[in-house]
Amino acid sequence: MAENESSREPILKLRGVSKQFGAVQALEDIELDVFAGEVVALVGDNGAGKSTLVKILAGVHQPTSGSIQFMNRPVALDSPGKALEMGIATVFQDLSLCENLDVVANLFLGHELSPWRLDEVQMEVRAWTLLRELAARIPSVREPVASLSGGQRQTVAIARSLLLDPRIIMLDEPTAALGVAQTAEVLNLIERVRDRGLGVILISHNMEDVRAVADRIVVLRLGRNNGIFTPESSNAELVAAITGATENSVSRRQARKLEPTGA
Amino acid sequence: MNEPQAALDRSDSRVRHDEGIGGAVRGFIDRVRSGDLGVLPVILGLILIATVFWSLNPVFLAPNNLANLLFDAAAVGCISLGVVCVLMLGEIDLSVGSMSGLASAILGVIWVKAGLPPALAILVALASGAFMGFVYATLLNRFGMPSFVSTLAGLLAMLGLQLYLLGSTGSINLPYSSALVRFGQIHVMPAWFSYMTAILPGALILLLGLDRMRRRRAVQLSNPGGLSVLLAKAAILTAVLLVAVYYLNQGRGIPWMFGLFVLLVVLMDYALTRTQWGRAMFAVGGNREAARRSGINVSRIRISAFMLCSSLAALGGILAASRLASSSQQAGTGDVNLNAIAAAVIGGTSLFGGRGSAWSALLGILVIQSISNGLTLLNLSSSLRYMITGAVLAIAVIVDSLARQSRASHGRA
Repeated sequence: MAENESSREPILKLRGVSKQFGAVQALEDIELDVFAGEVVALVGDNGAGKSTLVKILAGVHQPTSGSIQFMNRPVALDSPGKALEMGIATVFQDLSLCENLDVVANLFLGHELSPWRLDEVQMEVRAWTLLRELAARIPSVREPVASLSGGQRQTVAIARSLLLDPRIIMLDEPTAALGVAQTAEVLNLIERVRDRGLGVILISHNMEDVRAVADRIVVLRLGRNNGIFTPESSNAELVAAITGATENSVSRRQARKLEPTGA
Repeated sequence: MNEPQAALDRSDSRVRHDEGIGGAVRGFIDRVRSGDLGVLPVILGLILIATVFWSLNPVFLAPNNLANLLFDAAAVGCISLGVVCVLMLGEIDLSVGSMSGLASAILGVIWVKAGLPPALAILVALASGAFMGFVYATLLNRFGMPSFVSTLAGLLAMLGLQLYLLGSTGSINLPYSSALVRFGQIHVMPAWFSYMTAILPGALILLLGLDRMRRRRAVQLSNPGGLSVLLAKAAILTAVLLVAVYYLNQGRGIPWMFGLFVLLVVLMDYALTRTQWGRAMFAVGGNREAARRSGINVSRIRISAFMLCSSLAALGGILAASRLASSSQQAGTGDVNLNAIAAAVIGGTSLFGGRGSAWSALLGILVIQSISNGLTLLNLSSSLRYMITGAVLAIAVIVDSLARQSRASHGRA
């Protein structure tokens, strides 16, 4: 791992990425940088293009035009397997866990140790070690995932994506269905993942969560970049950038503090 | 963390950790109460069936009758083992009966009519099974054709082919003196061999269990149950098997054909629970999209499952033909199809995918064959046999559904 280099150069660099679905321009000229050891929040209203961007980075969709550089090399993410192999892991909103399998089986699914004589002991040890590093609270790794709470399932999904040693992990609405305590648990987990030196892309609707963990907040609006903010930015600024409505009650009240967007 | 010596998996104080035999029994009762019944209903059902038929006609439990029962169980049991594979994916194969009939027709035509070596006939029959499975899986993968429909079409087509192959005579007798027919009708294990096979499972459980305990201790994992549970399991299993083998050896003994079936069950169980392929089978049955995203090749898993199912159905057809010493138009028709599917379900493999075990084929077929055998002993007509088997199947599915609801409400998938 070239920490020095990656601290200056972004591990992931998008330039002019566009995506067209027939007549619909879903993304246009998107620019995005992700550095090692930072959390980039991707926010925007419904239809802003967040999910399309995530799917492009996960290798599900291919961009119509534009360049993607990963670790300073231009890459083509033409399948989910390729993205995963390269080191871009995605935790989808519906988590993709098999409820009938236990935690260990889910963590190692598709990448089991010794395929012809599964090494359950070694897999269990690695599962516990990883969960402990993340300070995750999972009561037993031998229970089926169906018996876990929403936050625990999110933890398992995130831990699974870490198992392949990715450089970047994308989380699609990780706190959407969670309660207060579970949300806090997942946000702690995100910070621990960042502290491991990974780049984290966090997609969320919840400004509280975004502000709690993000180092930079990238706003998308109608498929275009609409400004990059810091967690210190006010709610009104973010809302204005997301909705495009500078003329609303919140913005008028805070008009004096408003800075030009797209800085 | 504050206790460096604590086992890796015992750091969460909220979880009750069951120790020793008492803990194992308590854990078992917990699982049953929450709807994770395992094989319990089938074992209870078998005991009930045996008691009822024995009280109506003591011949039912005579060693020779039980040996007969095992001979009969092997063929449909093999078919049922294949059905477990496709049910595991949440798919179905309705054509296993026709497949077995077609395999027996192929055997008769190539071996007896054409006079070619029986080994070749068996190979062709198995290969045709593998081919049909490949066709079903491809129809599903390429065209999204539900297996329910494609196998229904296969049922008709293969029944037609079977009738066509057998021609106007309608049946071909297999030579009684041949090894295959003797295998299906007469050959039983020598007593010393059967006793050794009765000891083997317990010994294996003990050795593998000790090895597992040693490896877990080496990496700081706890050993739930520990040595006492392991010893108890091995001892109980060995005792039960020894009694069963002793009893059967009072009569004709244990059929080799049944031995072959049990061997296939053991191999399938290993493949399903101890290999990456088996893990992928459970994953595809549990959540196909999740499996795909984990990098599992869902199409290939389906192909393997359907090919195994049809091949085992063909093998079942060959065993049935050797049992009856004939390839006839009746082979594979009637209740063969539904008995094979019912056995898998009665044994505890879910119709909805993602839950099941190779052992369900063995247990399920013992239930079905016991009922059929018992009713035959009572001289009851097949009409009644169908109705009673139907009722048992319904009860098994109801138990499965209730258990599933209970599992869901107890958070156990």
